[in-house]
Parts: sequence; C-alpha cells; structure tokens
Amino acid sequence: MGFFDKFKLNKLKESLTKTRENIFGKIQNIISGKTKIDDEVIDNLEEILIGGDVGVSTTMRIIENIRLRVKKDGYQDTADIDSILREEIQKLFMNGYTENGEPFSIPSINKPHVIMIVGVNGVGKTTTIGKLAYNYRTNGKKVLIAAADTFRAAANEQLEIWAERAGVEIIQQRQGSDPAAVSFDALKSAKARDVDVLIIDTAGRLHTKVNLMEELKKIKRVVQKLDPQAPHEVLLVVDASTGQNAIQQAKQFMAAVNITGLILTKLDGTAKGGVVIAISNELNIPVKYIGVGEKIDDLQPFDNKAFIEALFEKAS
Amino acid sequence: MFEDLTNKLEIVFKKLRGQGKITEANITESLREFRRVLLDADVNYKVVKQFIDDVQKRSLGQEVLTSITPGQFIVKIIFDELVKLMGSAHTEIKFSPMPPTIIMVAGLQGSGKTTFCAKLANHLKSKGNFPMLVAADVHRPAAIDQLEMLGKQIQVPVVAERGKNAIETAIGSIEKARKAARDILIIDTAGRLHIDEEMMQEVETIKQRVNPHNILFVVDSMTGQDAVNTAKAFHDRLDFDGVILTKLDGDTRGGAAISIRAVVNKPIMFVGVGEKFDALEVFHPDRMATRILGMGDIVTLVEKAQAQFDEHKAQKLEEKIRKAQFTFEDFLDQIHEIKKMGPLQQVLSMIPGASRIPMDAEVNDKALVHVEAIIQSMTKEERQKPQIINGMRRRRIANGSGTSIQEVNKVLKQFTEMQKMMKTFSKGKIPNLLRGMKVAS
Repeated sequence: MGFFDKFKLNKLKESLTKTRENIFGKIQNIISGKTKIDDEVIDNLEEILIGGDVGVSTTMRIIENIRLRVKKDGYQDTADIDSILREEIQKLFMNGYTENGEPFSIPSINKPHVIMIVGVNGVGKTTTIGKLAYNYRTNGKKVLIAAADTFRAAANEQLEIWAERAGVEIIQQRQGSDPAAVSFDALKSAKARDVDVLIIDTAGRLHTKVNLMEELKKIKRVVQKLDPQAPHEVLLVVDASTGQNAIQQAKQFMAAVNITGLILTKLDGTAKGGVVIAISNELNIPVKYIGVGEKIDDLQPFDNKAFIEALFEKAS
Repeated sequence: MFEDLTNKLEIVFKKLRGQGKITEANITESLREFRRVLLDADVNYKVVKQFIDDVQKRSLGQEVLTSITPGQFIVKIIFDELVKLMGSAHTEIKFSPMPPTIIMVAGLQGSGKTTFCAKLANHLKSKGNFPMLVAADVHRPAAIDQLEMLGKQIQVPVVAERGKNAIETAIGSIEKARKAARDILIIDTAGRLHIDEEMMQEVETIKQRVNPHNILFVVDSMTGQDAVNTAKAFHDRLDFDGVILTKLDGDTRGGAAISIRAVVNKPIMFVGVGEKFDALEVFHPDRMATRILGMGDIVTLVEKAQAQFDEHKAQKLEEKIRKAQFTFEDFLDQIHEIKKMGPLQQVLSMIPGASRIPMDAEVNDKALVHVEAIIQSMTKEERQKPQIINGMRRRRIANGSGTSIQEVNKVLKQFTEMQKMMKTFSKGKIPNLLRGMKVAS
C-alpha cells in the first residue's frame, strides 16, 4: 500500500469516525456489563442499525442472520457480535459488488469513455463532477464536461467554476436549451478533440417526475446515435443523509437509464452509511465513490472492505 | 409496499373484530405494524418508540364504538396523535412594525434554500409586499448568480456583493432595503453541515448582527434518521422560528417532519412542492400524517369521505347511479366533494393499487378546474339533459369556460362513457367514480 493510499484510507477512517462512534460506540454500550447475547442485545442492535438508516427490511435480514448464527454456531459471547455484524454487512455488500480495478481508470477501448451523472435535486451532482473530472485529469486523462443541466439558474456558472478548478474543458449552451442536444454536441466535439473521458452533468430531478425522467432517457438515446455503447457508466448520486427514499430513487433511475453505480455524497456529516447497505442489498448496485468533503480531492473510490474495516475499527 | 401494509393490517384487524374493548394484547400486534410503517417513513426510531408507547397508553381500556372495529379505532388514534404532534395551527411569518421585516434562511447543503427564498419572495410579493433578496451565500460557487437570476425572473431586487463576506453583506442589506423602500428582507445563507464549526459560527454571527424577525430552517423531506441531529444542532445555535420542508413533490413519506417537530417543537410553516415559483404551500398536518402513514388504506378514504360527504347526498347519489340518472349537476357536486378531500393526486394515492397510476398519467387538480368550468358554463337544462347540447351550444360553452370546443367534446364524451359505466355497477363505489374522473381529466 503506497503512501497515497494510506493517506486516503486515513482520511476515510477519519470521516467515518462519527459513524463508527455512533454505531460501534453504541455496541460497546450495549455489551458493557453483559457477557451473553440475549434479546436485549439484539433489540439494541436493531435500533442502532435502523438509526443508521439501514432500513427496516435490511435490518431484519441482518438481525435474522445473526440470530441464526448465534443459534447454529453457538456464539454466546457479546464480544463476538462485533465480528458477526461485520461479516453480515460485508455479505450484503457483496451483492452486486464488482472489483473496481484501479481507481479513476477507464477501459481503453472506449474513446471517449462517457459517464452520465444523474440524481435528485441538491445531492451534489455538480460538485461531484468537479471532483471526478479532477481525479481523471490528475490520472493523465483528457477530460471534457457536458453542461446538460440547462434548467437550474446558474448551473452553468457553478459547473464552470468547478471545471476551472479541475483544469478541464466544458461544453455548454445557454440556459433552457435542450440537454440532449448539449450532450450530443459535447460527445461530437469530445471525439474530434480526442478526449478520453466525457462527463455529462444533468439537471437534478425528482424520480417521480415522468417528463423529466423521459428527458433523461432522451439524452441517453441521442448520445447513442454517435456511440451505441455510450454512456458507458451512468452514476446515480445519493445524498448520505437521505432516508429510505434513496431506494425509490435508485429503483426509478435504474428503470429509466439503467444506472451502473452509485456515488454517496456528504459522508462527512454525522452518522450515515446505512443507505448504502440497503441499496446494495436490495438492488445489487455497487457503490463506486464516496464524497467526504467540499474540497476538490474529497472524492474517493468506494472500497467496501476499507469501508467496513474503518467502520469497525475501535475508536482509539 | 403499501398494499402489503394494508393486507397485514387487515389480518391484524380481523383478529380484533368483535372485541368491544381495547386490551394490551390486542393492540400490541397492530402497533408493531405501525412501528414499522413509521420507521419505513424515516421517522426517527427514538421518536417512534416514544410515540408508540404514548399511543398504547392512551388507547388502553378505551371502549370501542359499536360501528367500528378496534383496529380502525387504533388507526384513528394514531392518525389524530400524529396530526396533534405536528401542530394544528398554521403559523405565519411575523411582520415587524418597523420595516424591513428580516427573514433569515438556513439549512444544510442541497436542502433547497435558494429556491425556497425565491418562492417565498414571490409569495410575499403576490400578497402585496415589497421583498428584497440578499445573497449571503458567498461559499458555494455561483450561488450569488443563481439568486440573481431567480430574482430577475420574479422581478424582485437582489443584494449581491461579490468580494464581501456574508456577514457584511447581510448587515449592509438592511440599509439598502430601507433606501429602496422594501419592506421585507430575505437573507439566503450558505448551506453548511451542522458539525462545521466555522460555518455554524458564521450563521450565528449573522443572526446576532442583523437580528432577524424570522429564522427559517429549510430541510429536505427525504432526510432520514439524521434529521433529528441536524435540526437539533441548528436549533441550538439559531433557535429558529419555523421549518420549511422541501421536495415534497417526490414520493418520500417525509417522516422527518415528525422527527423534527418532536425534537425541536417548532412549527412547519411551508412545504415546497415543485420547481416553479408558485410551488410553495402552507403546511397541513393532516395531509402529512396521511402521507407518513402511507395510508394506501381505504380506511382513511372512507373516514375522510364520511366526514365530508353529506350522508344524505351520498344516498341520493347512490340512488341516481343505480337508476343511471347521473347528470352533470351530480358530476359537479362530485368534483366539489373530491376537492374538499385535498389534492386529487393525494386522494388517489389513498386508494390501494392506485399508487402506480400517477406514473403514466400525472393527475392534477388543474384538469379538474377545466372540467368544472365547462360544466358551470352549461345551462341548467343542458346539465340535466346533455343530449340537447348541439354544435352552437358547444361553442357557447367553450367560449364561456375559456376552453376549446374540442375540450368540451371530450368532457361530453367522457361523461357519456361514465354514464354507461355506472349502469354496469349496482352500487356507487368511490374508487370507480374516481377512476372515471381521472379519465375525464
């Protein structure tokens, strides 16, 4: 593990400390003074998971598995619960999880590699795109951003600032123009300019708005006229403070544009992470990146092992 | 998912049927289901626990009215308690006797503060006030541009001072409002995480220096369990006056509303229900309770309908339907009754199985308005005997209602279809009627 990786891991741990303190600090509380796993311990565990936005059905599943194992393997000691819980959560993560390979690398056969970013309003799409572009650029890729959020006031201006920070170029038209047309033009010029990665920013939309979801499908269709394989990735950005509605979001965006991965943002706040488990479990969509701050390098490839490891490391 | 709940509750209710009194044993099971409903709706687990305990205590030993089952009784208790918890009276913006009235808006990133500021300005402007917006979010890239653009669209002046810090901008804006004779100042602050000490300090300083008459906390209605922590953190620092719930036009159940209310005990003042400037509504605790319970449950609809439908009228209607004498007059009555129940989409969502309908046809109340206008432009005779409506009458109706002949034709055609449909069923059922309405709209 290189220095850089280590640095990143530390930062991840740091940003997850709150989650850890919350969940596993609580586990310590439950088991202090107790040596046997009984109903009370299990009940408390349930509360902790639900309190972490894991959701009722996923929590039930985890608890059920723990109960079974306690019964079958004869775990009795509360000290075991930490490791059982870790294993159970990891199991759920493994659903739909594929090896990411090198972070911020792309298959060389796609030229350009087209990434479409989608999500509901206010989750941090534009900010994430800035960070994503920066990471690809520093990895030696030529990056272009398509400003296809033509709806929100000043979306272009905001994206311009992020593009400048990331040191990449941007293709835009005036507010109110057709986002599909912007994307089409952007891909055309990406091809002409020999760009490696094209990132399409789309307007935030609630997944229940039929017309807006149709608009998203249209962007995809139009882009496919130039490259039938594009977009190679469709990433759904999810705000970590979102509750169970994140599952609905994932379902609807999946149905419309077949999302290939998730980006979990604002993980630098308090007590989150549960949504990821629920979505991984119920929809088999891997989490690709996490956002842990407002600076341009605050985007990290999601590594579930490190995530869980960091989650379970006892606060020192 | 809601159908699932309805089924489960029905099973529980079946067991309870025939029992005259609520006992600990017979409510525990149904309360367990409600606990899950509330948790699925993102109500904080501690709040849920407290709430369920309270309901249990309150309902124990109560005599059940003969007309309903203990299960239905519990539904009602829960519903009423939720409404009570979220506050019954609507709270307004406080106006200062000495203008400008200062309103400060704060919240997390991405909760929808800037959009809300513009909506609020637009709302107050339409009520005859002269608002002014202040762009005190100097941190997010292009936040000032965004507010300026929104201000231009709603024709409200915006104080934007690039290069100054948020506190200076906010303080300076008061004098600017006075000079420009604006009576309301709406300060849009930067989004911040509640654990970001530096930023929380900033917003606290703005509060101390400008002394706002109203501090509003904006929160995304999709927020999960963490809502209690953010609300509490903001409340500890700012002691805000009211809460704004945004993005309620999605399908989130919005349990955060209960969590926040329970933790900080401040009223929810407005809800954001869309991206347009007029998509701002006054908060209705009863609608929110229905939504959180996700009552894809005919019980509520019946309950609401019972309360609002005039019993006598309903009987008459049923008779008419049976005899296939349903006229445009009755149709109009129906529209009025349904409007009383709340937005159509919401009424529809209460019918089990209807939750999927809005995906292929967005039902809106505006469509109803057209139908209503068309019927109102008919003469009494025409309403009784639609068959006499000829080409000339159609043109007159279209002109009178501000619609087109095509629209009038559509309503007439659909009305005929409805009449036919009604002949086919013997009893008047509300869901069927509604389906007819949806087609008509």
